[in-house]
Amino acid sequence: MAISRARRNRMAELGAHVILLTFAVIALFPVLLILINSLKTKKAIFRKPLELPTSETLDLVGYSTVLQQGNFPLYFWNSLFVTGASLCLILLFGAMAAFALSEYKFRGNRLMGLYMALGIMIPIRLGTVGILRLMVATDLVNTHWALILVYTAQGLPLAIFILSEFMSIVSSDLKSAGRIDGLSEYSIFLRLVLPLIRPAMATVAVFSMIPIWNDLWFPLVLAPAEHTKTLTLGAQVFVGQYSNNWNAILAAMALAVIPVLILYTLFSRQLIRGLTSGAVK
Amino acid sequence: MELEQDLMVSERKKKPLRWHVLVFLAPAVIIYTMIMILPLAETLRFSFFQRDTTTQVISFVGLENYIKLFFDPYWVKPFLNSLWNNCYFFLIHMLVQNPIGVLIAALLSMVHLPGKKFYRTAIFMPTLLSFVVVGFVWKLMLSPLWGVSKGLMKSVGVGSWYLPFLGKEETALTTLSLISVWQFIGIPMMLIYAALLSIPDEVIEAAECDGVTGISQFFKIKLVLILPTIGIISILTFVGNFNAFDLIYTTQGPLAGPNFSTDLLGTILYRTFYGQQLQPGDPNMGAAIATVMFFIILMGVAVYLFFIQRKLTRYEM
Repeated sequence: MAISRARRNRMAELGAHVILLTFAVIALFPVLLILINSLKTKKAIFRKPLELPTSETLDLVGYSTVLQQGNFPLYFWNSLFVTGASLCLILLFGAMAAFALSEYKFRGNRLMGLYMALGIMIPIRLGTVGILRLMVATDLVNTHWALILVYTAQGLPLAIFILSEFMSIVSSDLKSAGRIDGLSEYSIFLRLVLPLIRPAMATVAVFSMIPIWNDLWFPLVLAPAEHTKTLTLGAQVFVGQYSNNWNAILAAMALAVIPVLILYTLFSRQLIRGLTSGAVK
Repeated sequence: MELEQDLMVSERKKKPLRWHVLVFLAPAVIIYTMIMILPLAETLRFSFFQRDTTTQVISFVGLENYIKLFFDPYWVKPFLNSLWNNCYFFLIHMLVQNPIGVLIAALLSMVHLPGKKFYRTAIFMPTLLSFVVVGFVWKLMLSPLWGVSKGLMKSVGVGSWYLPFLGKEETALTTLSLISVWQFIGIPMMLIYAALLSIPDEVIEAAECDGVTGISQFFKIKLVLILPTIGIISILTFVGNFNAFDLIYTTQGPLAGPNFSTDLLGTILYRTFYGQQLQPGDPNMGAAIATVMFFIILMGVAVYLFFIQRKLTRYEM
C-alpha cells in the first residue's frame, strides 16, 4: 500500500515537472531567441535562427551600433530612478492609507475605500490631457518628477486595495496588546503591522513595478527629452529608426531585456523570501 | 477633500480628533486626487464640448458627441466592432489565462518539488517585459520573413498549419490574445500561489484525516478557499483587457489591422484622439469614447463588488 502510494506520488511529480517545464520553455524561448540572435551575423540570423552563435557566426555589430547611436546607459538610469522613486512612494503612502482604511472605523470609511478603488479600474491615461496641462502649469514637463507623480497616483489604488485585504487579516489581538503596552498608533503601524504584511508589500512592489518600468505612454507625452528618456521609450525610438537593421534591433531588444532580467533575479529572491516567511507562517 | 472635512466634523462630535487617521490618509488621497481624479474629471467635462469646424470655437454641445457615437453609422460600426473584439479578447483571457494560472500554481504548491524556484521565475518572466519588446519579439517570430515559427511547426509535424497568424483577419485577434496571455500568465500564477501557500496546514491535515487527498482535496478544499483570489484576478483581468492598447499598437500599429480585425476600445480611442492618416484628431470625441470606456469598466467592477464578491465567503485562516 505504502509503496504504491509512493510510486503514484512519483508519477504525479514527474507529470508536474513535464507540465511546468513546458510552460517554462514557452515563457523563456522568445527571449532566448532574441538574446542568441543578437550575437550573430545577419546571414546567420536568417539561415539558422535557432542555433547558438559559433566563432564563425559571432558578430557584435548590432551592439556597437546601439552603443554608438543610443544613449542607453542614461536611459537605463532614468528608468531605474523613476521606477525606484515611484515604488517607494507607492509602498509608503499606500500602506499608510490601507492601514487607516482597514484599522479605523470613521464616517465615510467605506466611501473613501470606494473612492480610492475607483483608480484600479480607470486607466490614468484617459486623463492625459488634464495631466499634461497640470504638468505644464507646474513646470514639471521633461522632469523625472512628472513621471514619478503620475506613476505614484497610478499605483496607489491597487496598492491600497491589495494591502487592505492583507491588513484585515492581521490579528486584532496583536494590535490591542500593542495599545495596552502604550504604543502610539504610528508605532503600531511601523513596528507591528508593516513587518507582518511584508509579503504583501513584495507582491505589490512587483505588480506596481511592471507597468511603470514598461510604460511607453507617459514618457512619450510628459518627458520625451533626451535627458529624461526612459529605456522603453529609448528602445522604441531606436527600433523605429533602424527598422531594417536586424542586428541593431535585436541588440537593442536584448539591451532592453537584460536589465529587467537582472533586476528580476535580484527582486524575485526577495519576493520568494517574503512569500515563504509571511504567508506560510 | 469633502470626505476629509466630513470626517473631521463627525470626529469632533464624538471623540477628540484622531489626527493620525488624517496623517495616514492624506498623502495618498492628495496625490491621487490631484494627479488622477481631477484630470479625469476634466476629460469627462471635455466630452460635452465640440470644436466648430468653420469658426474653430469650442462650445458646449451637450450629448451631441454621444449621439453621434451611438447612432451615426460612421461612428457606431467601428465602435461596436472594437467593443465585440474587446469582449472576445477578455473571453480568451478568462478561458486560457486563469485556468492555466491555477494549474501552474497548484503544481508549484506541491510539497516536495525540486526546481520550483526555476519554474516560478521562468514563467513569471514575460510579465516583466515591456510591450515594445513583447510585441516586437512575437512579430519577428511569427513573421514569414524570418521563418522561425514555420520551422518550429515543421519540426513537430504541423508545418502545413502555418499561417501568417498576425496578418490574417481570422487569426490575428486570437493570436494577439494568446500573446497577451503568454505575457501576463505570471500574475494569476503568483497571486494564486501565494493564496495556496497561506492555507494553514491544519486545514489540509484535517482533510487528510477525513480521507480527502490529491485532486479531490484540491477541488473540494483548496479551490474553495482561494475563490476570493480568483475573483480578484478576474476583475483585474477585466480592467486590464478593457484598457488594452499597447500590444495592439506595437504589433499592428494604430490602425489595428488587418482591416480593423484587432481593433480594441483603446486603439479606437487613440485614433480618434490623435487622428489617423488623413483625418485630424478629435479630442472631444475621444473624450466621449474615453467616458464610455469608463462606464463599461465601472459596470464590470460594480458587478464584481456587489454581486460576486458578496457571494464569496471569506474563511478566517
